[in-house]
Amino acid sequence: MTSPLEQKKIRITGPSMVTANRTWDGAVIYRTPKHDWSADLSDAAVVRTSDEARALLAESVADDVGAVGAYIAPVEIKNTGAIKPGNLREHIRFKGVTIDLPVPA
Amino acid sequence: MYAYDELDRTIINERVEEFRDQVKRRLSGELTEDEFKMLRLQNGVYLQLHAYMFRVAIPYGTLSSKQLRRLAHVARRYDRGYGHFTTRQNIQFNWIKLAELPDALADLAEVGIHAMQTSGNNTRNVTSDQWAGVAPGEIEDPRIWSELIRQYTTLHPEFSFLPRKFKFAITASEHDRAAIKVHDIGLRLRKNEAGETGFEVLVGGGLGRTPFIAKTIKPFVHGHDLLSYVEAILRVYNQYGRRDNIYKARMKILVHELGIEKFAKEVEDEWLQMRDSALTIDDQVIEDIRSRFSYPAYEKLPHMPEELKKAAHDPQFEAWRRNSVAPHKVTGYAIVTLSLKPVGGPPGDATAEQMDAIADLADKYSFGEIRVGHEQNLALPHVARRDLPVLWKALDKIGVATPNVNLVSDIIACPGLDYCSLANARSIPIAQELTRRFANHDTANMIGRLHINISGCINACGHHHVGHIGILGVEKNGEEFYQITIGGRADENAEVGTLIGPAVPYGDVADVVEDIVEAYLALRARPDELFIDTVKRLGVEPFRERVYATR
Repeated sequence: MTSPLEQKKIRITGPSMVTANRTWDGAVIYRTPKHDWSADLSDAAVVRTSDEARALLAESVADDVGAVGAYIAPVEIKNTGAIKPGNLREHIRFKGVTIDLPVPA
Repeated sequence: MYAYDELDRTIINERVEEFRDQVKRRLSGELTEDEFKMLRLQNGVYLQLHAYMFRVAIPYGTLSSKQLRRLAHVARRYDRGYGHFTTRQNIQFNWIKLAELPDALADLAEVGIHAMQTSGNNTRNVTSDQWAGVAPGEIEDPRIWSELIRQYTTLHPEFSFLPRKFKFAITASEHDRAAIKVHDIGLRLRKNEAGETGFEVLVGGGLGRTPFIAKTIKPFVHGHDLLSYVEAILRVYNQYGRRDNIYKARMKILVHELGIEKFAKEVEDEWLQMRDSALTIDDQVIEDIRSRFSYPAYEKLPHMPEELKKAAHDPQFEAWRRNSVAPHKVTGYAIVTLSLKPVGGPPGDATAEQMDAIADLADKYSFGEIRVGHEQNLALPHVARRDLPVLWKALDKIGVATPNVNLVSDIIACPGLDYCSLANARSIPIAQELTRRFANHDTANMIGRLHINISGCINACGHHHVGHIGILGVEKNGEEFYQITIGGRADENAEVGTLIGPAVPYGDVADVVEDIVEAYLALRARPDELFIDTVKRLGVEPFRERVYATR
């Protein structure tokens, strides 16, 4: 779970997506195949090669107004086709903190 | 309490409007994120995993009840109803929206609170002893000098673009509660033979990736010369500090690479050119600052009032009093620490309701004043001892009277991977599990003073290097592992802890800590030998043997 802020080279080894935070409120968002952003991981564009990942990231970063801090992250594709976060960091971003908040949401 | 003057208020209000305009331009696309990032950081705004995080300064850890109520208001209106007190006398809000930040800043500005210098490569929020002005034996109130440095460094153009962040801490007591030895500049108030105020100046402390304990660069700098001397240090750092490598850019690296003698000479040479300049502080400046601090009109009260004698029969009250109540410089008064470390709770968090209730109790029992300590607890600094029993009941009702201050479950922890974009591993769930393991107060008291510090990455916001037991989250093949050190301490005898063995997985951390504590109980020379003293006496090896024998 090396911080993606330190992500320098783009080399993926499995299905991946591009995620970022929405500029106006910081919410977690995912790049979609429609060249848009969605707060729903199931809408994410999944890429499988480094070239695809690079292209998706370049397109995402170009939307500087809508999103901030875009990076490539792994996903897991279930047998049903469902997209799940590929590591703990993304799981936490997707599901929220792993603790009870002091004030329930 | 310090009352801001018109100049302070103008600076804060202008800053709010400046940031409002910057946010507007960012949201319209006029500013790119690359252009905006430094501007938001200069106003305490980070981007974290789930949202923006807003860090607000509480200079030298002093808050009024009015200010605490306003922090509660920000938590409620702009965030999710709580805030997180940090290890550097700041508070963080974890869910704030960029579009609403200017309004939150404006609301805070009305009560003299801001977020300047809570981020970025500048001089950060000046920290001090949370018991400043009330601790017995203190030379004088270090907040006067903290405020002087705050004024001097705020928006200082020469020090707004340093190679890296820069942290001051000041204490005026022999026992260091401000952790001055892990700061870039640590100042210890001293008196010279003529009875004049000055400072022992320490430099080059810091934690993070490369921990160093600060060294004394000058045993006594007269108070009149404090600013010129500090400026000389900052100039040397600004000139020679590395800008090519972020991991080697802190002043501690420069001090280490040059050596303390060479660094001291550079500072001395710089200082001699400027010591008798406009930076020389005359007594009137200090008196002006002092006059803007208000001090309570204490009553003449007995040390042992009837209310306290009566309450002493209640073992629960006594358990709390022993750990949470400290002596005050004025007879009949006490300093009360409010534990933000409930069993099973995230360390340092307080809800808006708790903040409001604490503000009310501060008005009723502490002349409207609250303090914030680097241990992520709060304190009421002026409580009449006769009020302790009734205050305890009120604090217990709002969940801030856990009798664990300075004990094993009084854990310092960073937000970790649950919130932080830099983290490699979670901190809070580890802390929560440990507080459950050591929830029995009799056992915790039997163990005695023991500080556990947890950081979710090498940046060390949980100060794990200086925990009696330090826990550092690392990543191994996508899994959370934790390195454990023992023997660290952040006080006047500050030391960096020693690694006890290989990193252990998430699920084993609490077991390992329990084993370390059990080893200590078996190894200590007598019941009052503290954990840290046993480690000092025996070294790490006996602990390593016991803890790793079956692993």
